[in-house]
Amino acid sequence: MTEPVISVRDLRVWYGSERGPVRAVDGVTFDLRPGETLGLVGESGCGKSTLGRGVLGLLPRGAKLAGEVNYEGRNLVTASPKAIQRLRGPDLGLIFQEPLTRLNPLLRISDQFEETLRTHEPGLSKQDIRHRSIEVLRAMGIPPTRYRAYPHEFSGGMRQRIMIALALVLRPSFVVADEPTTALDVLVEAQIIGILGDLRRNFDTSLLFITHNLGIVAEACDRVAVMYAGRIVEQGPVTEVFARPQHPYTRELLRSTISLSTTGLHYIPGAPPDLIEPPSGCRFHPRCPSAMRVCPEQFPEQVEVGPQRVECWLHGPDELVPEGGREPLVREEITVADEA
Amino acid sequence: MATVTQPMPGPGRTPVKGSTRVVRLLRGIARPYRNSHGVGRFMLVTGTVLVVLMLLTAVFAPLIATFGFSQVAGADGQRFMNHAEPGAEHIFGTTTQGFDVFSRVVWGARTAVTVVLLALAFSLFLGVLLGLIAGFVGRWVDRVLVMVMDALFALPALLLAIVVAFLLSEYVGGGASTAALAITAVYVPQYFRVVRAATVSAKEQTYVEAARAMGARPATIMFRYLLTNVIQSVPVIATLNAADAILTLAGLGFLGYGIQPTEAAEWGYDLQRAVSDTGAGIWWTGLYPGLAIVLLVMGLTLMGEGLNETMNPAIRVRRLIPISMPELTAAQRTKAAQVPERDRPGQDRPVDTGGEDRNSREPGSGETGKGGAA
Amino acid sequence: MPTKPELMTTPEQSAERPLMEIRDLKVHYELRGSALARLVGGEGETVKAVDGVNVALRKGEVLGLVGESGSGKTTLGRALLGLVRPTSGHITYGDLDLARMPQRQLRSVRRRLQMVFQDPHAALNPSMDLATAIGHPLRIHKLVKSKAEARERVRETLERVGLTPADQFLDKLPAELSGGQKQRAVIARAIICGPELLVADEPISMLDMSVRAKILELMLELGRDLDLTYVYITHDLATAKFFCDRVAIMYLGRVVEIGPTEEIFADPKHPYTKALLRAVPDLDPERKVPRDLPRGEIPDAAAPPHGCSFHPRCPFAFEPCGWEARDLRAMFERRWIRLGEDALAREEPLVGELTEVDAHEEMVRVRAGGRAAELTALLEEARADEPDDPLWKGVERIESDGGAVVVRFRPGIDPGLLRVNAVDVACHLHDPNLSHDH
Repeated sequence: MTEPVISVRDLRVWYGSERGPVRAVDGVTFDLRPGETLGLVGESGCGKSTLGRGVLGLLPRGAKLAGEVNYEGRNLVTASPKAIQRLRGPDLGLIFQEPLTRLNPLLRISDQFEETLRTHEPGLSKQDIRHRSIEVLRAMGIPPTRYRAYPHEFSGGMRQRIMIALALVLRPSFVVADEPTTALDVLVEAQIIGILGDLRRNFDTSLLFITHNLGIVAEACDRVAVMYAGRIVEQGPVTEVFARPQHPYTRELLRSTISLSTTGLHYIPGAPPDLIEPPSGCRFHPRCPSAMRVCPEQFPEQVEVGPQRVECWLHGPDELVPEGGREPLVREEITVADEA
Repeated sequence: MATVTQPMPGPGRTPVKGSTRVVRLLRGIARPYRNSHGVGRFMLVTGTVLVVLMLLTAVFAPLIATFGFSQVAGADGQRFMNHAEPGAEHIFGTTTQGFDVFSRVVWGARTAVTVVLLALAFSLFLGVLLGLIAGFVGRWVDRVLVMVMDALFALPALLLAIVVAFLLSEYVGGGASTAALAITAVYVPQYFRVVRAATVSAKEQTYVEAARAMGARPATIMFRYLLTNVIQSVPVIATLNAADAILTLAGLGFLGYGIQPTEAAEWGYDLQRAVSDTGAGIWWTGLYPGLAIVLLVMGLTLMGEGLNETMNPAIRVRRLIPISMPELTAAQRTKAAQVPERDRPGQDRPVDTGGEDRNSREPGSGETGKGGAA
Repeated sequence: MPTKPELMTTPEQSAERPLMEIRDLKVHYELRGSALARLVGGEGETVKAVDGVNVALRKGEVLGLVGESGSGKTTLGRALLGLVRPTSGHITYGDLDLARMPQRQLRSVRRRLQMVFQDPHAALNPSMDLATAIGHPLRIHKLVKSKAEARERVRETLERVGLTPADQFLDKLPAELSGGQKQRAVIARAIICGPELLVADEPISMLDMSVRAKILELMLELGRDLDLTYVYITHDLATAKFFCDRVAIMYLGRVVEIGPTEEIFADPKHPYTKALLRAVPDLDPERKVPRDLPRGEIPDAAAPPHGCSFHPRCPFAFEPCGWEARDLRAMFERRWIRLGEDALAREEPLVGELTEVDAHEEMVRVRAGGRAAELTALLEEARADEPDDPLWKGVERIESDGGAVVVRFRPGIDPGLLRVNAVDVACHLHDPNLSHDH
């Protein structure tokens, strides 16, 4: 088995707030191997964006990080900001959601590529820069005739392609793509997903693909990690997780997604929990249709179920479940007043 | 940037009960005081204390002042001494005309507060109304109004005030309302600009379109949907302008175009009369009115800047709240054995706790913008 | 309040006639050109946001307007409510023509035509509590006599949309609600006056996955109970399939396909509909993203393609689809993406001013400066490289004309809506007179 490119262990990212720390990411563990795409899904406010940025060390002031992000034998969590800054670009890339705001409107596309390449690879000649940039842009489907155009001359989908090209021109081994297709239309979205798929083949880049769209995960990712309230509650190969979801949240999320084959409406009652005071025990227990007595009492153990890793008492080791813990949990009904 | 995933306004929050509107208003007033911190809070609190003291002085002037503002003789009919040094009878001394300086300063607070409040009311009314109309209606109405306001804005403030005061004194006389109107002319364009800009952006909001979709008339849209949302930037400029208005008022008085000494006590006028005293070593006639101006202006400025710091999202600095992060419990931690073959075998992972303090780090905000390749 | 126009929609009449009929509706926007262009009096460009749409809305149906951004679906939806002034055409509602009514009169019609907005966070006045905001339409149309009555009606409506217990919500500000709750409040405001038609502009696209179904369900329920007619604007085919009775697929301001939902989803006729359907992400991990999706994106609406506006992206385009000089330029751009920098350096000078063509031209003349033969050879080479490119079907002939090369295209025909089974489709492929060999 190949060594993982990046391996995250018990990563936590907390923010300060007036009411107490916001546990945006609260103990997350995953690995990414070369050329692998890991889809990170969850509802808004579950901490998936924070996780993506936390891995790259791009966090707002006052955020607190703990745990390990191992990259090439270094723990990025304890590395100096300067060291991480040097890695960002040539080793670690980030693709944002809104491409227009991320491209400098006053610079030509060529200038943006030159600046990026010059910063990280000062030895390149102007000819090499042009060649490399145009090669990457071609791979993204941008005509070489447009190399010297300005960002506003491109459509939204083209801009996103340029953003991806800019992130890839330095050939990073690990890229975080934060909802890269959310602002785009269906056809363009499909084109971009296709491009990101080619990326793994052509550049051998590992991708952490953050999205709320399960359909995209199904089509674009090898493995999937489902996040709920700052924790990864289930991860495993996409085919397995989608065919046999082991965590009730994954199952409910899949059921509530409206796709072309949807024949009935289904939804998860209640709202995602407050990350300042998350529910006790398993964080999903107030909304979980299969909640048991043990669920609010104890934090669920991580268990292996087939190729998946799940955090749920349904699969929890029996010896840890107290007497009567498997009885169904009696709860008050969730009203619309509490919904998201 | 939506990087910080804030929790949803959670359920279980107690609903606001009772006279919600009053509660909301009080909360609105209290918010800047509760949300501010550091230097901003210091400025806000100090400023408010100074302003409130001045307001109390103005309101209770008849009780505080030992004499009337134009009183030159005691109750026994005995004329006050001119240029009396501060002492038991006249704690701030008397002026060249025999006025009691302390009483003049106290009554002056009342004048200043009255004029500034009047001027604020006038200019707020005019500026907000015209700004709203110009921003909402647009087209030629907007162009004409903007042109007029720009013309007013281009004139030096004091000159404009003098001209207006001069013109009005013919009809209205030399009282507080004339001074207030003169100052109004100076400040209307500022409110106009702020409100117009806010209106132009607010009228593109979906809720304005929603109001149109429900069949609301333009006037309804303007006053029920736009007004409440565009006046939010007004308190800051209002307090800062009030400070400025005090100076303009004093300036008018100093130059002799302000309130006549017989109508009310006015600090600027007193200062002007005190100019010749300084040469003779009579310091008290100038010091106390001057000090009063400085204190009130300072109070208002501090308050305005403090408000600006807490209410203006562009310059507001989020307070960094220290976080204590307890260790993960055993269940929450991933056991080495549970990370399957992907993990390097035999690696002992020490629980990371030592790095916590060093780990709070700033993201280099620069590189995210740069070319995006970050 | 001005005199109310009579609303002539008695049940007897609406049984035969549609609730609303849109005939040849056009909404064009004048784009103001650059400052210099305005100075010299040059005409600005015109964006044809909606360009000749004919739809009849039946009472009680759910009509989906589906398309990508820039397709004109939102503008059309807003025009139905009179929120956007049409440039020409008719919107017949009862005995009224909304397209020609003055704003003053439109206002009183609006209580029967309501809208649900995409962004629930922006659709409510942030400084108005729910009781006031939701009850405001009642007061605007003078349907209640007192504040207390309005409050009572709001309470009922809040219960109706599931914001229960209503008392808990009456005095809340929008900021105190979650996204789903806000959208319910927006729906409550829309139904409080008892509308007939609800235009829902992507009502669930900004909500979380787990809430979407709830809001859709609420809208279905309300539609049934209150006898509402919906126009559901969306880019999401999956929800359209679930929610709509009929679907109109829009592309660049026109309806390219319209018909019953089942038929459109089971047997899409227009190549654009086919492509959209294949591009929808599916939950099945075995299915991979289709590779042969239409290239490019929706073109600039200020200079739409000639003929069928989908032809530059259409894999099935053929002779009459409206080929023009710009397509030739696009072909070269695709060629250079494929062949790389060297080809670009070699061929770009030859192609010359072809890269500057911006308007519609059925014939293009490239001054090759004495290298006409070379250019002709290049064109032939390009054709030989990609013989299946639909563009070549549209090229009538390539000829040399005294040092210049002239490329002539076949004349394009604007596709109109054709009836195929239960579906109307605007595509020449379905016109037996044109597509004899397809």
